[in-house]
Amino acid sequence: MKFTEEHEWLESDGDIVKVGITEYAAEQLGDIVFIELPDIGTSVTKGQEIVVIESVKAASDILAPLDGEITEINNAIVDDPSMVNNDPTGEAWFFKMSLKNQGELDGLMSEDEYKKHIE
Amino acid sequence: MTELKKTALYDLHRSLGAKAIPFAGYKMPVNYPLGIMKEHLYCRKSAGLFDVSHMGQLVISSNTQSMQFIATELEKLLPIDVLGLGKDRQRYGFLPNKEGGLIDDLMISNRADHYFVVINASRKEIDFKYLKENISKEIDVDLIKTRALIAIQGPQSEKILSSQIGELSSLTYLDVKNFSYKGETLWVSRSGYTGQDGFEISLPNSLCEVFCKNILEQDGIEPIGLGARDTLRLECGLCLYGQDLNETITPIEAGLKWAIQKVRRAGGEREGGFVGQKKILKQIEEQPYFKREAFFPDGKAPLRSGTKLFSDDKGKNEIGMITSGGYSPSLERPISMGYLNYNKFNVDEPIFGEVRNKFFSVTLTKLPFVPTSFKRN
Repeated sequence: MKFTEEHEWLESDGDIVKVGITEYAAEQLGDIVFIELPDIGTSVTKGQEIVVIESVKAASDILAPLDGEITEINNAIVDDPSMVNNDPTGEAWFFKMSLKNQGELDGLMSEDEYKKHIE
Repeated sequence: MTELKKTALYDLHRSLGAKAIPFAGYKMPVNYPLGIMKEHLYCRKSAGLFDVSHMGQLVISSNTQSMQFIATELEKLLPIDVLGLGKDRQRYGFLPNKEGGLIDDLMISNRADHYFVVINASRKEIDFKYLKENISKEIDVDLIKTRALIAIQGPQSEKILSSQIGELSSLTYLDVKNFSYKGETLWVSRSGYTGQDGFEISLPNSLCEVFCKNILEQDGIEPIGLGARDTLRLECGLCLYGQDLNETITPIEAGLKWAIQKVRRAGGEREGGFVGQKKILKQIEEQPYFKREAFFPDGKAPLRSGTKLFSDDKGKNEIGMITSGGYSPSLERPISMGYLNYNKFNVDEPIFGEVRNKFFSVTLTKLPFVPTSFKRN
């Protein structure tokens, strides 16, 4: 697993990466009540706001971790947003994407580096 | 930036694991480890303890004049029946400006030899200055800084509070009474801002932490942060100053006509005679075209404060704005309140709220979203 400074995790499976938010992020957001995911096939660029996530207290965005295209979305978390609080790094992944440049994945943080980042 | 102020409970909040946010110049707990949703539901089901010490506490008294004199003077500033507010009773009120907008909303108690007024944190310096400048020089207005303010709310609040300070069953909604606690006097009212039965307790800062620790040691009570305080008051349709109320919105537009007793309205024994009377009395007779309303967003997306409302899904005809909105933990759905301009809108038209350049349909409904549960006579 790789991590971004924006508290997303990325898990690669061949050419495709699965993306979600970290436990730390889920805890910071609090009780999540609404999620809006991008459409499949959307081209995204790193830093673009692509997911809307609303907790009881506020709305926030999730940014595209890298350049690429959305290939799959997890509608289960749209139906039951509390899944993200309960299992953020497992069942409650957000979307899968193909990367424009696979090599960029290596530039992200390792788990140890991310742990230091949130200390 | 000036440093944030701390209430007398700051250390306790920290030890309880509160997440702190800046609010009206104070460092306040937005939630504890339980989280907003569970805190909200716990308060509805059992009881919650809230630190509301950031709010302003005013004592209005006179060394030379009677309570009747003070009441008569206050009625020049407040459109409510102050003279008829009995000893040991509290009521809701507000301070209008000359145009009928509101400087603040408040709770006022008749505490036998003085009036005790609780005002919003963000408005306390403004209210204090306004009252000082606009009330008879024979009346003293004090903004007291030596007392904390704690709310205990929810169905188990009577049982829990009485275990510490004594019998409370004789008090009903909006009754006020003194209690002794460790040699000091607690000013207790049976009221609050969650729409539920509960109490507010004004007590010396020095006693606050030990009092709250003793309360929190009881079964059935949890500390509750400002996050859940907001969702609790919204479910019961209670206004938040700065969002649902401000200097340009009149109490009649805000749906607060009920708080202006008949004795102060046209034809009443003490009709008018208060700041803003012209517009407020006229609106009581004529019904304003701009009114606070309640909305259910049809989808799952919460429509929050600041969301513009339109009668079409293209953003052409703007008809109003959401002033408070969010997720209702009790109803498990989003809820919103806001204002509609009936000069631009007919009730048979659809309503859409614009969020992030998208239009979400909403349905008009009635307040409160969740019924209140005060202990009445």
